[in-house]
Amino acid sequence: MTAFLPILAQTLPTGETPAQPMLLSLLIFTPIVGGLMLLLAHKLHPTLSRLLGLCFSLTTLLFGAGATIIMMEWLGTAPMIKIPPQLNPFKIQEGEAITQSFLGFNYHLGMDAISLLLVLLTGIIAPMCLLASWKVKHPQIFFGLMLLTQGAALGVFLALNFFLWFLFWELSLFPMFFLIKLWGGPGAQRAAYQFVLYTIGGSAFMLLAFAAIYAATGTVDFARLSAMANVYGPSILNEKLAVLGGAVPMLAFLGVLVGLAVKVPMYPFHTWLPATYAEAPVGASMFLTAILSKMGIFGVHRILWPNFGEQLKDAAPVLIWLSLAGVVLGAYAALRQTDLKRMVAYSSINHLSYCLLAVFAVYSATSGTQADADSAFAGTLLQMFNHGLSAAALFFCIGVLEDRTGLRGLHDFGGVRKVAPLFTAFCGIAMFSSLGLPGLNGFVSEFLIFRGVFGVKPWAAAVACLGLLGTALFFLNFWQKVFHGPTAAHSAKVADLSFREVLVLAPVTVLMFVIGLWPQSLLSLIQSKFF
Amino acid sequence: MTFPEHLWLIPALPLLAALVGAFTPRAQRKISSAAALLAMAASFGVACAALSSALAQPAAHQVSNFTWMAVGQFNLQFGFLLDPLGAFMAVMVTFVGFLIFLFSTGYMRDDENYAKFFCYLSLFAAAMLGLLVSNSLLLTFLCWEIVGLASYLLIGFWFHKPEAAAAAKKAFITTRVGDLGFLLGLLWLDSALHTQLFYNNGVGFLETAALDYLAVALPCGLLVSSAIGLLLFCGAVGKSGQFPLHVWLPDAMEGPTPVSALIHAATMVAAGVFLMARIFPLLSPDALTVVATIGAITALLGAVIAVTQNDIKRVLAFSTVSQLGYMMLAIGVGCPEAAIFHLLTHAFFKALLFLGAGSVIFAAHHEQDMRFMGGLAPRMKITFATFAIGMMALAGVPFLFSGFWSKEAILHGAHAWPTSPLPFYIGLVAVVLTAFYMTRLMANVFFGAPRSHAAEDAKENSWVMTLPLALLAVCAVLLGFLGTPAWPWLQAQLTGTEISSAPDFAKIFEGPGLLATSIVLVALGLGAGWAVYGFQKRATASEPDPLEKKFPRAWAALEHRLYFDELYAATVFRLNNALAFVADALDRWVIDQAVCFVGKLGEFLGFINKDIDEQGLNAGFDATAGKIRDTAGAYSSAQTGEAHGYLRVLALGFVALVILVAVLSC
Repeated sequence: MTAFLPILAQTLPTGETPAQPMLLSLLIFTPIVGGLMLLLAHKLHPTLSRLLGLCFSLTTLLFGAGATIIMMEWLGTAPMIKIPPQLNPFKIQEGEAITQSFLGFNYHLGMDAISLLLVLLTGIIAPMCLLASWKVKHPQIFFGLMLLTQGAALGVFLALNFFLWFLFWELSLFPMFFLIKLWGGPGAQRAAYQFVLYTIGGSAFMLLAFAAIYAATGTVDFARLSAMANVYGPSILNEKLAVLGGAVPMLAFLGVLVGLAVKVPMYPFHTWLPATYAEAPVGASMFLTAILSKMGIFGVHRILWPNFGEQLKDAAPVLIWLSLAGVVLGAYAALRQTDLKRMVAYSSINHLSYCLLAVFAVYSATSGTQADADSAFAGTLLQMFNHGLSAAALFFCIGVLEDRTGLRGLHDFGGVRKVAPLFTAFCGIAMFSSLGLPGLNGFVSEFLIFRGVFGVKPWAAAVACLGLLGTALFFLNFWQKVFHGPTAAHSAKVADLSFREVLVLAPVTVLMFVIGLWPQSLLSLIQSKFF
Repeated sequence: MTFPEHLWLIPALPLLAALVGAFTPRAQRKISSAAALLAMAASFGVACAALSSALAQPAAHQVSNFTWMAVGQFNLQFGFLLDPLGAFMAVMVTFVGFLIFLFSTGYMRDDENYAKFFCYLSLFAAAMLGLLVSNSLLLTFLCWEIVGLASYLLIGFWFHKPEAAAAAKKAFITTRVGDLGFLLGLLWLDSALHTQLFYNNGVGFLETAALDYLAVALPCGLLVSSAIGLLLFCGAVGKSGQFPLHVWLPDAMEGPTPVSALIHAATMVAAGVFLMARIFPLLSPDALTVVATIGAITALLGAVIAVTQNDIKRVLAFSTVSQLGYMMLAIGVGCPEAAIFHLLTHAFFKALLFLGAGSVIFAAHHEQDMRFMGGLAPRMKITFATFAIGMMALAGVPFLFSGFWSKEAILHGAHAWPTSPLPFYIGLVAVVLTAFYMTRLMANVFFGAPRSHAAEDAKENSWVMTLPLALLAVCAVLLGFLGTPAWPWLQAQLTGTEISSAPDFAKIFEGPGLLATSIVLVALGLGAGWAVYGFQKRATASEPDPLEKKFPRAWAALEHRLYFDELYAATVFRLNNALAFVADALDRWVIDQAVCFVGKLGEFLGFINKDIDEQGLNAGFDATAGKIRDTAGAYSSAQTGEAHGYLRVLALGFVALVILVAVLSC
């Protein structure tokens, strides 16, 4: 290890110099500071604290727009991803990858296309979640905790040092734990503990893996690890890890994989999800599914793929099958659910498994063209964004039903379309977006993923089609049972949307159409001429 | 002028009307229908201009392409294509569409969601027209799915009826099964050829270079092109109600009748045939054999089942299934131009028949069962006359009616097919059956005595409903003359070949007595129909059908549509439910239990750990702690808490210290 350090001490190219000092720190810490303020000033007038919380939450969109403008300079049409794996250069960076530091910790942030996209998604979804939770009890504390989660998620998307990254990763859990436990449904207690224990259980393995990496290389900075691979070849990390023991490279890979797989979640590490999503309060469910579930996929891109390319290739046959299981069994399990929230939760498993499928199929591919890889990669990124929009909207819609009637069973309603046409229209659009109807956003990303996967593993794309069918089945079942048929007794209580509720749904609905009809609008944001 | 650049207008205008309709408040509902009618009329104008531009060079494929999205090395192209095939279809859809929209203003007059209805209709028209002018298989797929959505919304338009809601879902799911095949075909095509464009000045996938690449350069290229063709055909099977995915089409009749006329007779269901005609150059002989087989089976199946149905719309629905089978058969035997000819004539006369049925249903207070009708001919003269023309066109009554000529073209093609004579014979059998069940329908609906109050009270409808009938009836006659063997102008335009300006009537009677055969068969069907249903008319609604009395078991089987629904319920649905059950049970009973076990294991370890701590380690600790506590107790007794005592000790200590220091320093 000590023999290796001098090599690292040489200046290795890690990317651009900081263009906008503080921008990334502001992005992360504004919501955190806002959240702490609300938690401390919990005697504040509820309306004032709500508005304050909303303003703090909206800053992400504002700073995100600023970051977009800076990133725009790099727009181009070069290939999206590089094979063999390599971390993309970071356009905006803060702090630096210093070589000698206490336990490898340094304050190093960076933004690339993936983080930009997820920051923007957070910027759109987080205020929407707050608006959706306008009427909760003790809004000061609820909003404060939501803001803390928001800041932690942004930290995950922007951190370039593993320990910093891990800090944010764990930090996102605890506010969510309290949100679920204190504001959740009748089974919230159990769900909250399950959520935290399961996720921490996964993370522990990841931490061990990174301890090994630190022991082997003396750094846990993503950019530095990537630079190391650039200079000494992609298998340098494995060689260094193998010095610690023959099985260590694979164990380290598995450790990271388990940590991420629980978060996404990947089949079969998913059973915490339906319970958690179902018991969480609406705003928290929306944030969980739209943002926190993306942290896992993001981790695959940020950590797993650049550092463990070889092991990923070895494990791919198994991982592809697990992703397919998520795609197909997720969709079909949703068909059996009678609790609408659980149904949409299962649909999340299905949708995110498409992302995993694309990643595993393409990153492990031995055949296939650059076009296949680009298509799959773009599809994964878009799918993260699109799933965020549609799943958040759907959870909100179920929240509307629950808010009016206290019920959310598949068979509790009927004929809602007659009493609440506006609500029906919004919910229908979100549903068709989620089932991948062309013209709406979901189709674009799913098509790109299927196209990429088909290019390298045609049979996998064919099997995944079953997931498309299952999705159509359970959504149309949902639609038919809840909105069609004669108006049931409970349905009569479903008043149509209020202005605030329209305000929650309208922006995401507009985005669904924009991305569906003009996908280049989003794609050009994540394309760099330097990739 | 290059016309293709303006083709986008054809779908864009109805789309605009759909947007207007979506935001029309209920009170101003006329705005919605006016916008829809206006948009269709304007689109019709543009489509006519496009047609005349296409006919100027019928062999050319004029295109206008653009990139829809591009990421890295990957891109997806959209485009518009102008050729006679698309242009004829666009003119037909806009014209028939306009008439059906006009009819709907009367038919849907009393519906509270009138504005929404026209919004959905316009959305449908936009997607359908987009499909027709598309030059990209991806754009076609996109429109194809939106057409499916519009169909879903319109079948379930009366969503408060559980049957309508169920039928809408069934239609969407069944067609989606086929569409997944379409999607896979599209993906495969794009992976193999890296283009989605039909024509692109030599590099589109329907052009020689790509086809040669598939046939020669690519290993197993013919197999690949067969596979792609068949996967795309899956989509067409779903959309065009072909066996074995035909089950949704009859149920789709739960929608309002104008919807049935527009979508489930004239336009959308023909999209599958259109798609096959469009990608015809790609289809290998093997793929075509499959297409012909499926088409023949469907043609026969639909016709046989149609004989036994009692709901007037369902008879027409099965007749549509059967006629679509004919068209597929024509594609399969290598005559796409005959298929399109039949598609066009069928669109007019089937729209006419459906609207006629709608007129009857509207007049009979939404009674759809033929057993409760009867005697409507004198009460609804215009409807009767026009319906009769439609019926004769469908049955293929010789010379005057368009259906005769287009069916003749298909039979000629099937007869000339070298692979197998079966499709030809099946086509002939279906001719008899078609004439037979249409005679049955006419006799039951229009002749005899009325068998219900609704039928007795029936009155002719207003002009908005009868005018479209009359115009469609005129077309149902005239259109046939564009494609007679004497002067096959339409076919020549579609294939881009030259044609002499003067008709050659001798050609009609060429060939091995085909014409005579089919005339005899039509006469046979009509005669048999009249013999069974005409001479002795149904007297009451409850009496069984004459054929039912003779062949009760066969009748029951056919009446239940040969138990296809039951078969699917017992197999596909059960399999589906089983998969759902397994997925759910796996989670609940296997994975969750495993997780709980791991949790319990952790708890158990913790428990053991605790025991060791308490019994082993803590015991020692306790002992030590006790000792410490005793000592501390002794010390603590010194801690009195009195300041004076402390000061005293402090002073003593200080004195002692001073003494000690003094002693030591000495």
